[in-house]
Amino acid sequence: MQNDCGCNCDRANDERYAELKAYIDSVKGSEGITMTVLQEAQRIFGYLPLEVQKFISENIGVPIAELYGIATFYSQFAIKPRGKHHVGVCLGTACYVRGAQKVMDKVVEELGVGVGETTQDGLFTLDATRCLGCCGLAPVIMIDDTVYGKLDDVSVISAILNKYRE
Amino acid sequence: MDSVQKVNVTINGIAVSVPKNYTVQLAAKEAGVDIPTLCYLKGVNEIAACRVCVVEADVNGVPMRNLPASCVLQVQEGMNVRTNTARVRKAVRQNVELILANHNRECLTCKRSGTCELQKLCRELGIDDVPYKGATRKAVIDDLSYSIIRDSSKCILCGRCISTCRDVQGIGVLDFTKRGFNTEVAPAFDYSMRDVNCIYCGQCIHACPVAALREKSYIDQVWEAIQDPDKFVVVQTAPAVRASLGEEFGLPVGTPVTGKMMAALRRIGFDKVFDTNFSADLTIMEEGTELLNRLNTGGTLPMITSCSPGWIRYCEMNYPDFLDNLSTCKSPQQMFGAVLKTYYAKKANIDPKKIVSVSVMPCTSKKTEAARPEMQVDGLRDVDISLTTRELGDMIKQARIDFLNLPDEGPDSILGEYSGAGVIFGATGGVMEAALRTVADILTGEDLKDIEYKAVRGLEGVKEASVTLPVNGTPTEVKVAVAHGTANAAKVLDAIRAGKANYHFIEVMACPGGCVHGGGQSHVSAKARLDVEPKRNRAQALYSEDERQVLRKSHDNPDIKKLYEDFLKGPNSELAHKLLHTHYHKREVYLPQE
Repeated sequence: MQNDCGCNCDRANDERYAELKAYIDSVKGSEGITMTVLQEAQRIFGYLPLEVQKFISENIGVPIAELYGIATFYSQFAIKPRGKHHVGVCLGTACYVRGAQKVMDKVVEELGVGVGETTQDGLFTLDATRCLGCCGLAPVIMIDDTVYGKLDDVSVISAILNKYRE
Repeated sequence: MDSVQKVNVTINGIAVSVPKNYTVQLAAKEAGVDIPTLCYLKGVNEIAACRVCVVEADVNGVPMRNLPASCVLQVQEGMNVRTNTARVRKAVRQNVELILANHNRECLTCKRSGTCELQKLCRELGIDDVPYKGATRKAVIDDLSYSIIRDSSKCILCGRCISTCRDVQGIGVLDFTKRGFNTEVAPAFDYSMRDVNCIYCGQCIHACPVAALREKSYIDQVWEAIQDPDKFVVVQTAPAVRASLGEEFGLPVGTPVTGKMMAALRRIGFDKVFDTNFSADLTIMEEGTELLNRLNTGGTLPMITSCSPGWIRYCEMNYPDFLDNLSTCKSPQQMFGAVLKTYYAKKANIDPKKIVSVSVMPCTSKKTEAARPEMQVDGLRDVDISLTTRELGDMIKQARIDFLNLPDEGPDSILGEYSGAGVIFGATGGVMEAALRTVADILTGEDLKDIEYKAVRGLEGVKEASVTLPVNGTPTEVKVAVAHGTANAAKVLDAIRAGKANYHFIEVMACPGGCVHGGGQSHVSAKARLDVEPKRNRAQALYSEDERQVLRKSHDNPDIKKLYEDFLKGPNSELAHKLLHTHYHKREVYLPQE
């Protein structure tokens, strides 16, 4: 069934749209709300698909091309669904000279996806990151908010990932 | 009145006193110094993106850091600017070379060769080599719409189209998407311009300094039809075309070339050369009658004009609650086609299936309008091919016609006669003025002599006027408004929605200035626009032609009278409705795709 916006999203019954609308109503009328509304939408939906950007555009009167431009400029926003866990492999200078590429190759092998992609089971999204600020532990990866360092022996990576599969 | 505060600055040693809100770019112009620009579009795009206008400057002897961009650098008392130092020349050259390194340099076969602002800049700077050889961005060519092609391989990321669409038109089809090397000016989610909130006004084409945005050309189809002995190829030209076509041949902006245009069309090989001005008069008869009916019978008011297909699309997408306010009249382009394949075909005894109906329009949106499914009568398309003014210029050149030395000729009969009212359709306020000339005569029963409604002329974004006319025998103040550019149209409609304004009749044109500045008109560079206002010059060409006409009211056009007597049997008749009227529907865009 198509609804008002011409797509198949279920705005009327999806509480997430009501939550986003409530947020928009709370900030409407202030200057420069585009960024904060996108951030709130990213938090509520986990990503910013077409239907969500259309909804925002209609409610704050900012063209959808402008929203998309912002959403694709800043890495904090995602256009495609992200996995349950975020795996960041640091490719900063210190990690890189300490073997980050080997770490990355191993993670890619273990997850079976490339950088920027999400595993089929929806569990992991893999990203290459810049310096995470803990160069003493190089090479490091970060899963969600936890840092795993000194991964000179890449064989331990399998066990680390498995913890998140339980 | 406060006099504008002035500051004293020196540009290349030349002292000038300029208003303190001036940029260095404008101050330099005052001093007779030309600073190159590329992303700069005065009043529209002043974002210091291209770094081609950088200068060296100091204020009271204190040097400014780096090389500031003169398009955004405000003048200050005691500022000393140098535009022609070795350091500036080197930086400007390098910046242009870097742009060129990632630009599809197929200049010989490029649509904008000759009118390209980047090409011109390269010659002026004497760039004869591109020292940077590196990766180039992936070319994305979107040619799915009927009207506009987007070619990312030519785009230099200046942002002029973005600002124009978002800020001048209030639409926002395009923006910078992605980031860094992958940055692309595009609609959201890589959608084609076919499927988004674009109205095809083509103002982005005027903004584009290169050929990253250009019209979709249908010249080949026209040549093919002309060469086919079984086809009867007929052309109509819109009022605004004659005010711009000469620019394609180097004439000053806004030189009227009606007679040479007619002569050129005949030499190209069209079987009949007619005029959209004729159907502009017809539109006034139909639209004026519709307005009178709405006034007399309590119909939906305000009535809003429907000549501009960009405006119609904008209304369908953004103001569907106003669809009943739109006049049901087809645009002059479509009315002409419908009359051509019925009335004219019958009179001339030609099988309408053999007629190829070609239009030359100042407009890119007309291509999409001509393709609307409902724009046909009994299976025959009103307009088969719609060209722009620029495309006609190209055809004349391809035919190697010596345009500037052509004699002046007139249009053919019986769809070529027109009044001054039809001519001024091309300028903002023109349809309103033409309609008032006819409606006022009908309501008063007189042949009014005072026919110039100057309040609706000019470049003010929203113009209002009122005329007292007898409606149902009672003197009534008929209130009208004229808006040009969709952002101005939105202001008027928002005011009506909010109950803050009310009118009987509104003229809306999608393009700023009306059709004279339509997306299909000749290119005028950003630099040239600092000295010349194409909207004003071209409108003046039309108003002068109006003044020269003996017939200045649509209802006095003898060929229109004959069309009604012999065929349509009166304005808004059953046959007129079948041929000349249409309907609109709410339009959804950005629909989900696989």
